[in-house]
Amino acid sequence: MATFLPLSEAVAQNLKDGDSVAFEGFTHLIPTAAAHEAIRQGFRDLTLIRMTPDLIYDQMVGMGMAKKMVFSYAGNPGVGLLRRVRDAVENDWPRSLELEEHSHAAMANAYEAGAAGMPFAVFRGYRGADLADVTPTIKSIACPYTGEVLATVPAIRPDVTFIHAQKADRKGNVLVEGIVGVQKEAVLAARRAVVTVEEVVDDFDGLHPNLCVLPHWTVTAIAVVPGGAHPSYVHGRYVRDNAAYVQWDEIAADRDRFRAWMQTNVLEKTPDDFAARVEHLRKVA
Amino acid sequence: MSAVAGEPGFTPNEMMTIAASRALRNDDVCFVGIGAPSAASNIARLTHAPDVTLIYESGTIGTAPDVLPLSIGDGELCDTAITTVAVPEMFRYWLQGGRISIGFLGAAQLDKFGNINTTVIGDYHHPKTRLPGGGGAPEIATSAKQIYITMAQSKRSMVEKIDFYTSFGHGDGGDHRKRLGIDTAGPTLLITDLAIWKPDPATKEFTVVALHPGVTRQQVADTCGWTAQFADRLEETPAPTSLELKTLRDLQARTKAAHSAAAA
Repeated sequence: MATFLPLSEAVAQNLKDGDSVAFEGFTHLIPTAAAHEAIRQGFRDLTLIRMTPDLIYDQMVGMGMAKKMVFSYAGNPGVGLLRRVRDAVENDWPRSLELEEHSHAAMANAYEAGAAGMPFAVFRGYRGADLADVTPTIKSIACPYTGEVLATVPAIRPDVTFIHAQKADRKGNVLVEGIVGVQKEAVLAARRAVVTVEEVVDDFDGLHPNLCVLPHWTVTAIAVVPGGAHPSYVHGRYVRDNAAYVQWDEIAADRDRFRAWMQTNVLEKTPDDFAARVEHLRKVA
Repeated sequence: MSAVAGEPGFTPNEMMTIAASRALRNDDVCFVGIGAPSAASNIARLTHAPDVTLIYESGTIGTAPDVLPLSIGDGELCDTAITTVAVPEMFRYWLQGGRISIGFLGAAQLDKFGNINTTVIGDYHHPKTRLPGGGGAPEIATSAKQIYITMAQSKRSMVEKIDFYTSFGHGDGGDHRKRLGIDTAGPTLLITDLAIWKPDPATKEFTVVALHPGVTRQQVADTCGWTAQFADRLEETPAPTSLELKTLRDLQARTKAAHSAAAA
């Protein structure tokens, strides 16, 4: 049953040191506010899971919160590399980071297997790919009907998943629309799920019946954080802050500059600061 | 980048994008990689292939963006798509299900058999440079019916031996794909800023089949890290038409304006 909480309490009640956690979002609807709250609360030894780790995992890795990252594409979308992740992988700064690397197809299948309560996912993948040699969890199985050899990966079952969504109704049902990524699968695969939303409405009457709605009993806690996806975007609300992604490349290039930026823009800020960050990005149309 | 006075009225990059766009047909279903493939695919849609189906891995099917996306998940892609599906469905039903005729990829590092590395430079566990990784490419490379690759030539990017097989092309050449049970064609076309390459039917080694206007064999050889092979009969790529150039430049101008407006 979803409980409405301030973000600080939603994070404190659902995330623990050592947890495996997914902050999902596929370019769209990235739960930045939730990640920043986790950074302020200073969790350690996390296993960070995400198909497309971008700025928020670069920040969490750079702050030394992660012992391991499970991922399929670690880049700054449209800009380049993740410099804090690189520094951790290449120089162990500020600590070493274990990688479990997959392809998108594998991660998507693994989340789906988690949501479906299956122990592993099976798919036609990794053929001729070196990832199968360096990631021990990639295995294979022969089809019992045809003998075809197929790839397998274990199901992803995070301790907790965080996502950002357009809105919740008063009961705590959650609407996700636009590029929906793997958010539904990541929520259903997790033991606990925390959703930040742009707004709360009375009810979902009049919505198209096929929209992606997560029933309130699949969600543990909801926090209302307008602008909470910035610098990512929210379909129908505000556009992507491309300049922020470009700037991040410079900020993350230098350890001292990174730490100073985190101090000013994350550690000394609150979830309430997100709304103002998207004002100039709100859609005219 | 604009054309230099006294040179042909287009840049090598413009020639690359336009030559790559010509490879797509109106009835293709193309899984589009970000960057150069995205520009080429949209020029195809805006010129000779108005009904080409463009698919980005964020789940957007049949998208027709007015400006080029900065990432594979820009809102513009969803706004203009005929439908947007979840990412697991994208990879399971649409890619693995065999619905994609062309996978259009870029490459950080490429070898002569069309194998692509976007994972690491150096040893995987102690890399010299950690690159973003494969994303959707490892399965695009084996599930799409054919693979087109487009990238600018350099000795750093076109190498004799790649450090990591992120996406399998023709492996060691010959029938290597078949031996691994891969029944799709793999890389069938490489479009660079200097030339068009196709795999030799037997060895599967990329061979130059056409030079772009004004480009010499020497230039191609000097910017390629393996010993470039040339077809017996070399064609010349037709120069960009004024319509192709105008379409590309207008698209890039709209893209620049849109992305700087959003950032302002």
